[in-house]
This record gives sequence, C-alpha cells and structure tokens, in this order.
Amino acid sequence: MYVAWRDLRFARGRFALIGAVVALITLLVGFLSGLTGGLAAQNVSAVLALPGDRLVLQPVGGASATFADSEIDDTTVAAWRGAEGVETVTPVGILSARAEGSGATAGVALFGLDAGTTLAAPSDDDEVDLSTGAATALGTAVGDSVSIAGSTYRVAAVGGDLSYSHLPVISLTTAAWKTLDERLGGSGRATVLAVSGTAAWDTVAADTGTVASTPLSSLTALPTFRSEIGSLALMIAMLFGVSALVVGAFFTVWTMQRAADIAVLKALGASTPALLRDALGQALVVLLVGVGVGIGATVALGLVAGGTLPFALNPLTTVLPALVMVVLGLFGAAVSLRTVTSSDPLTALGSTR
Amino acid sequence: MILLENVTLTYPDGDTRVTAVDHVTLEGRPGVVTGITGPSGSGKSSLLALAATLVRPESGRVIVAGTDATRLSAAGATTLRRESIGIVFQQPQLLPALTAREQLRVMAELGGRGARQRRTAVRGRVDELVDAVGLSALADRRPAQLSGGQRQRIAIARALVHEPRVLLVDEPTSALDSARGGEIMALLSRLTRERETATLLVTHDLAHRDALDETVEVIDGRARLLTSRRS
Repeated sequence: MYVAWRDLRFARGRFALIGAVVALITLLVGFLSGLTGGLAAQNVSAVLALPGDRLVLQPVGGASATFADSEIDDTTVAAWRGAEGVETVTPVGILSARAEGSGATAGVALFGLDAGTTLAAPSDDDEVDLSTGAATALGTAVGDSVSIAGSTYRVAAVGGDLSYSHLPVISLTTAAWKTLDERLGGSGRATVLAVSGTAAWDTVAADTGTVASTPLSSLTALPTFRSEIGSLALMIAMLFGVSALVVGAFFTVWTMQRAADIAVLKALGASTPALLRDALGQALVVLLVGVGVGIGATVALGLVAGGTLPFALNPLTTVLPALVMVVLGLFGAAVSLRTVTSSDPLTALGSTR
Repeated sequence: MILLENVTLTYPDGDTRVTAVDHVTLEGRPGVVTGITGPSGSGKSSLLALAATLVRPESGRVIVAGTDATRLSAAGATTLRRESIGIVFQQPQLLPALTAREQLRVMAELGGRGARQRRTAVRGRVDELVDAVGLSALADRRPAQLSGGQRQRIAIARALVHEPRVLLVDEPTSALDSARGGEIMALLSRLTRERETATLLVTHDLAHRDALDETVEVIDGRARLLTSRRS
C-alpha cells in the first residue's frame, strides 16, 4: 500500500470525485433500502408476526393463492388439525374496514384470531387490541371505544407497530371478526391458517387443496407487496450494478494511466501479488470512505425523514447495502487488475531494438 | 558478478526473425563500468534487457551474482532483480506521486520474501544515498519539481539503495546537456567504485568515455571489446 497511499494523496481530486460518486450511489441505495424496508413493514409486518412455521392459504376458483382471495372452510381447518406432525393450527381472518375512534375515523386491517398467540388479540368478543398506528390514527387509548361497521368495542390494549397492506392493525376475537365479516358481505371463513409443527407440508397442502409456505415466502401472495417491493428492489439492484460499473471503469482507466509506472515497478523487482494488493487496497480505501459517507448521510436523512416517510433504519437497510456496495465495487475494481498482471516490465526499458 | 555467456536473442519480424544479439559473451566485474556502445538498432538495449533478466535468451546463459537467470521462472527473475540488480532507465521513470526520498523508499516496498528485513535495511540507507547523489536539500520534492539532471540522480540513487551487485544503466545522459551528462557519468563512475557494483552502461555518446573502464562495441548484434583500462 506504500505507493497506493501516496497516489491517493497525490491525485486526491480524482479520488475525491470517484469517492463522491460512490457516496451518492450509496446514499441512493441506502435511501431506497430504507424506504423499501419501511414500505415492507407497513405492508407485511402483521403477516410476519403471525404465529406458525407455515402460513396456509386456499386458492379460490383455480387462481393462485392470495391473501385477498383465500377462504378456508372448517373441513380444511379440521384436516390440517388432524394431519400428522401438526402441533397447532390458528385460523386467522383478515379484513379491511373503516373504524371510528373518539377523535377520528381511519381505514384499518381487522385481524380475527384467538387470544394466546404471539400476535396480540383480545379475550372478549366486545374488545379490540389496537396497534400503535391504529391508536394514533383513531385518536384512542386503552379504555376508549372504537366503532366498526355498527358495533362498538372497548380498547383492551394498545401495542406493537403492526400493519397490513399499509393499514394499521386492529385485532378481534375470531367470533367478533366472523360477525363483522358476515355483516360486511363476507363468508366469515378464516383467510389464513398459521400452522406449527413438523408435518410433511407439501403433502398435507396437496391433500387439502391448500398452499403452505413459510411466512417470508407467503409475502408473494400479497399482490401489492410483490409489485411495490419488486419495483424498489429492481431499482436497488440496478444501482448496485451501476456502482460496480462506475468503480470498475474508474479503476480501469486509472490503472491504464499508471501502466508505465507499474512496468517500472515490475522492472525494479516488484512482485505481482504486491502490486495487486496495492491496487485492490487503493480501491478498498476509496470504497470504504465513499460508502461510509453515503451510509452516514443515509442514516442522517433517515432520522430526519423517518417521521414523515415509511423509512426503516436498521442493519438490513444500512449495513447490508453498504457491504454489497463494497463487495461489488471490489469486483468492479478487480477488472482493472488485468492491466497490472499483463504489464510488461520490458516496456520500462524502452525499445529493445 | 554478471556474465552473459554466448547469448543469442531474436525477435519476430513478420514471417522471419531478426537477430538482435548474436552469440555475445560479456562480463561485468565489481567496481568496473563497462560501456556498451554502438549505433541505433545494433542490439545494445537488447543486451541490457538480457542482463536485466527482462527477456530470456534463445541460447546461452545469464549469470547474475552466481545465479543462472535463464533457469529461473518469471517470479524468480523478479526476485533476482529485486535483490541483486539495480536499473537506471533512459528516462528517470520516477513515480509522480512520490517525493525524491520516497522514490528510494519504494525499493523497500516491492513485496516478496524477506520484505520486512529488506524494508529495515533499505530505509536505513535512503538518506545516505540521497546525500551521495547531492540532493539532500531537495529530498522532499516530487519529480515535477526537479530538473532533468536531478531526476536522473534520484534514479541512480534508487537503483543503488538496495545494494545490488549489478547496476544496469540505459543511456543515462540522452536527455541531458553536456555538462549535466558529464556530472551524471562521473557520479556513476564514483558510485560504481565506492559500492563495488558491476556496472553495464549502454550509451551511444562517447563524449564522456573517461567515465568508462571498458568499452564494448555492439554492431549487428555482435560485440567486441573496444578499449579497456583494466586489462
């Protein structure tokens, strides 16, 4: 790194420029990652909080299984409960509706499930548990009343920041949810089964005409999640590609400009591994500084924007993109190493004729 | 110290091959400056490239400090250059980002086995060499801030800082005026004697022949001894 450090100091303008480009791309990637994480949390946090090793959906009319269309009848619930290796089966109903609190009305996602699961649920049919988002939107607190489709419920608890399809979650008992669903034109059947155990999932699913997936895989059964996150993920992937290309192009041009110096160093006796370490080390320094500044700016921006935008600030949206940027940047820079390995020390001596 | 023994080197030229060095035997001895002269295209630089282990001869042997370089791999030849050969190029070929002092210190940072010991040894000699070429006051300047003669002096110091047994010099005065050229040749002659290096010096300019202990003329790839003060 002896020559690399001095090159960095000597050509600091050029390296500052590429460092700034890396920082800007990292800021974009970090901001998009945070936004993606925030939107994802608003979309699916309640689904991921459901208890169970598998979530079971039932396709309707030959279509693929989605949370919007799935309806699970009692026979299917019983079949899953009786299947070998299944330990617990929790039917969960999901429904969107408008709720009226003491201060405001808001669209909410109603989750019907029995108490005692990992997702908070009330024990009485005339009670509801509110997520913090729902409590804020409705301007209610514990002990207040909430009206949904003509029924009034007492708020038993407020907690957890769970959302479904960008709507804050309100939990009811299965019976209360069934009543509401039927009143709103539904069948009153559960939407999804949260199943735990060590069953032969695919076999049981095939036997019951259902689809069983892990909570994470089941997210693709949310059409809004797929389109929303898919678009953002594509943009992030493209930015990763752009970053690798930009870093690769810069270091390729830079190394080509240094080809004569590399030939001289080789003629003087520099080992190729030492020259490769020098080149990659230089790229690593530029990437670490650029990505560090970019992620720092992302965190600062995230802290400011977090109050008004759905922005998730966690290692998954900061450290992971930063690592990917560094690794891809190094891959890009590795392209330039060909100039180092192929440089002929004889050229340092000039013409040999 | 360095012996080119009956070496031959050819280059491809279209469908045929051109003989650049034709069965040449040449010896460089400690403390002796051997000048290699001849017209352009006669094979002087090819001879130097062979001595520097940068090309391998078709036939013959190149013995550097007791090692047969023709039997070495590319990595082995690199190690031999790092440890036993100093090279002064036609142009100083200094690295633009490094100060004069750092141009010498870079010789301690070339990697390979024994890098740590070499680093200590080279760093201890940097100031001595910068002083020996008369540039202590300018040691913190970069190449762009030095004159052509000063740059060539630093290049000479760089070639000697790792205490090579063999010093190879390619047209060191070609870019200098006569007075500066004379100074550089005198410096090379003095350092060769002081440091007991076997110096092979390619030049087409015999204006400074006083600095040469022996002169070998190369014409059409063949060499013959022209003058010797040591015979």
